[in-house]
Amino acid sequence: MSIDAPQNPTTEICSEQLVDPHPLTRKDFQSGQEVKWCPGCGDHGILMQVQNVLPKLGIPREKICFVSGIGCSSRFPYYLNTYGFHGIHGRAPAIAMGVKCARPDLSVWVVTGDGDSLSIGTNHLIHCLRRNLDLNILLFNNRIYGLTKGQYSPTSEFGKKTKSSPWGTIEQPIHPIEIALAAEATFVARSVVASPQHLSQTLEAAARHKGVSFVEILQDCVVFNEGVLNSLGERSERDNNWVFLEQGQPIRFGKNREKGIVLRGTQAEAVTLGENGVREEDLMVHDSGSPSRVSAYLLASFNPPEMPMAFGIFRQVQKPTYDDLLVEQANEAIAERGRGDLPRLLRSGTTWLVD
Amino acid sequence: MSATESAKTGADPSHSATQDAATVQRGASGEKEFVQVHCSTVRFAGDSGDGMQVVGSQFADIASMTGLVVCTQPDYPSEIRAPAGSLGGVSGFQLSFADHEVHTPGDSPYVLIAMNPAALKVNLREVQPGGILVVNEDEFNETNLAKAGYAANPLTSGELSAYRVIPVAMTRMNEEAVRHLQLPRKDAARCKNFFALGLSLWLYDRPIQPVLEYLIKKFRKSLSIMAANGASLRAGYNYANTAELFHVQHTVAAAKLPKGRYRRVTGNEAAALGLVAAGYRAGRTLVYASYPITPASEILHELSKYKDYDVRTLQVEDEIAACVGAIGASFAGAIGVTGTSGPGLALKVEGMGLAVMTELPMVIFDVQRAGPSTGMPTKTEQSDLLMAVHGRHGEAPLAVLAAATPADCFAMAFEAVRLATKYMTPVIVLSDSFLSNGAEPWRIVDPDDLPDLHTPAIPSPEQFAPYRRDPITLARPWVSPGTPGCEHRIGGLEKTDITGAVSYDALNHQRMVNVRAEKIERIASDIPPAIVKGSGKADLLVVSWGSTYGSVAAAVSGLQEAGRSVDHLHLRYLNPFPANLGSLLKPYKKILVPENSMGQLCMLLRAKYLVDAQSLAKVEGRPFRVNELIKLIGDFLTVM
Repeated sequence: MSIDAPQNPTTEICSEQLVDPHPLTRKDFQSGQEVKWCPGCGDHGILMQVQNVLPKLGIPREKICFVSGIGCSSRFPYYLNTYGFHGIHGRAPAIAMGVKCARPDLSVWVVTGDGDSLSIGTNHLIHCLRRNLDLNILLFNNRIYGLTKGQYSPTSEFGKKTKSSPWGTIEQPIHPIEIALAAEATFVARSVVASPQHLSQTLEAAARHKGVSFVEILQDCVVFNEGVLNSLGERSERDNNWVFLEQGQPIRFGKNREKGIVLRGTQAEAVTLGENGVREEDLMVHDSGSPSRVSAYLLASFNPPEMPMAFGIFRQVQKPTYDDLLVEQANEAIAERGRGDLPRLLRSGTTWLVD
Repeated sequence: MSATESAKTGADPSHSATQDAATVQRGASGEKEFVQVHCSTVRFAGDSGDGMQVVGSQFADIASMTGLVVCTQPDYPSEIRAPAGSLGGVSGFQLSFADHEVHTPGDSPYVLIAMNPAALKVNLREVQPGGILVVNEDEFNETNLAKAGYAANPLTSGELSAYRVIPVAMTRMNEEAVRHLQLPRKDAARCKNFFALGLSLWLYDRPIQPVLEYLIKKFRKSLSIMAANGASLRAGYNYANTAELFHVQHTVAAAKLPKGRYRRVTGNEAAALGLVAAGYRAGRTLVYASYPITPASEILHELSKYKDYDVRTLQVEDEIAACVGAIGASFAGAIGVTGTSGPGLALKVEGMGLAVMTELPMVIFDVQRAGPSTGMPTKTEQSDLLMAVHGRHGEAPLAVLAAATPADCFAMAFEAVRLATKYMTPVIVLSDSFLSNGAEPWRIVDPDDLPDLHTPAIPSPEQFAPYRRDPITLARPWVSPGTPGCEHRIGGLEKTDITGAVSYDALNHQRMVNVRAEKIERIASDIPPAIVKGSGKADLLVVSWGSTYGSVAAAVSGLQEAGRSVDHLHLRYLNPFPANLGSLLKPYKKILVPENSMGQLCMLLRAKYLVDAQSLAKVEGRPFRVNELIKLIGDFLTVM
């Protein structure tokens, strides 16, 4: 996968920090608060990778702000020694927008869950994505409501039996990556707690992307949805059921990378190299920078066992960010009219003197 | 301005109520005969395409420039484009002007300028008996009469005998006046509003020169339109003069106003300017996050013009995002403000609780309208008071202010930012539809004369704790991201006092609920005391709040001059109440609370002070009239 960083403020700050004789370490980002997630919860792994990635970015701690909503995932800011804001259910993207627009120089992260931002807060998520605010949005998807103790979530599989669906859900699940693609997010990726290295690389690429970064992170809820990752392929079968996308490379998977994806018309098909005359040149080549979102949708829709679950960066393109445009408009107004002169503003329009 | 301090309001009821009927002087100056009046009310009404708002505003500007106190109120049709000539398409603009301080656009017009039958039909019942109807007789044809629902032409049927009807062939005379410019027919016809303006300026002995100057500025790029409007204006003015249309001119003497430079502002304009001024005096970015809603949208429109003033406006996806976006901005050190009306306030309730819990400064502007639900979006009401004061889950006190007049929206917007940043609390400012569109003169302030809103220096990292409070205000320090060494996390969960760490401890929660309440209570000693206008020991005290100020003040002072035993107290601070309010209320046997709600302030006063307050409720989507109040309060005095 490519983690080449486009030009952005984080890299600028990075260069300033290169001369820092005391580079930050993982420890600098631990808040010292007791971490209260259940033992074995995927959140621990995500926290660890975030704490690994943050020092690499070279951004001073005080310039980082984590914003969350409500749910297990949303306790995240308490465990990081940065600025943090634990908001209300579903509203983290909207809160983060306020933070970023007031202080575009901050590195702002949103931590949310499948219930938080695909149910009560779907609206904010979509609008935040389409505006291309320069935020990093991490969506922890365990396909269940954990904090409220085990109701189905909007990403739960059809028919899933939970406390609130003893006969199985009668709802089709929502697909986070497809939502992000539809909103034309400029960075859309999926990773998984079970692959720490991939998670770390994806988080770093997201952080270095200028514009909105959306990362869906699949995880287990060990108490209320244990084994949800296994539903995407038993551990021993993961090589056959998971495919990791690499920019510019033919899409291959399998224990010995003997499998691949070919396009037949508008359909994708999993194939084995050498079978039926399939050669590597026939395989679909992953292009996350494609102006078209069609192949990204296709990859995002893969589901085991028919097709392997796809991980990696589905889409990464450059577009002006909302926060840059906001500041630019102000600068343009100042260039055109001069810096606001309040006494003049108050006296504007028709005035008259009483003496 | 301090509404409670402005004593001269409304003068005697004959001025504000019967207006021009109160002829005080008849005389002749040169060849002109004139009637001097203290106050008058005029309404321009026509089709929404007739330019009534333009000429109404021009009249208001000229009356203001010539020294009068002017209050205006537009009345737009609720449909965006109702069919021409229909009752639903009538657009009106009412203004009152006086030689003394007034804060209402007048009870009922003395002069109605009606550009077509529909405009006459819709507005006639408001006109004072004996008032003047200036009608464009050219439009009283069969088609237009039918559209307005007239079976017979009212100009000839005798049904207008209670008024002085002045039919004018405005369409034809306007056509003649602009013929030499050879404009397309449609453009030529559009000038007739200036003909009507010319007539009315003559009637009130006002100069037309400033209108010509306005036209020069406005139509710089279209000289023929400029010339046509000017020609029509002169024609109207001259016609009124030479045809002796009105027999006499009415004249109003200049008012005695505090010295200074003035402009007219609507409530929403004033609110926007007050917020900009507050940001400037605080030395902070102003972030206004909002979702379009009638009648608050103009605040968003205004503020979005001021990008060169460190103002950032965010039109977000919904009311909730607007509220929490403002909170996020405040957390990041900006002045976070959101604005809305009732339905939006309901959606912001959860967010406001978060602002109370995180103790962040924020201002919520609620431009109230008639509810519940979608209600009557363009009509006024004061029925969000209880929601503003109490409408949150949990014990979530915050400060609530209410503007008294359109210009007061400037002062209250500024004051809200002062209190929010000083006490680290959300503050709701209540305005309403009536104030938002209404306009009145505002004495322009020098921003550097306004209070300094810079917050105290932030503590050193060693001294810093997120919930370590100022001993006087109980405010926690406002330390925003970007400050090295003070990294901290806050949120909606209950906090441990001082450290801000999450806590479910029972006694800590009680302590924190108490301290949040105490913090808001302490604001009471940081706001102006309430003032009784009157003897302080009358039989009856009338207590008002918000936009009813103008009519209640005028009504009470009218009654006082008529010798009735009644005092007036107006509240601009609804939570907390001014510290002296209890002691001011106590001596009164009876208290009467007129409100455009079903008695919400009345309930708060009874609950807090155990006084015998009675409600005078009106929820008709329009404000009290002065005469109406004089009668209602007078009747109450008689029977109590």
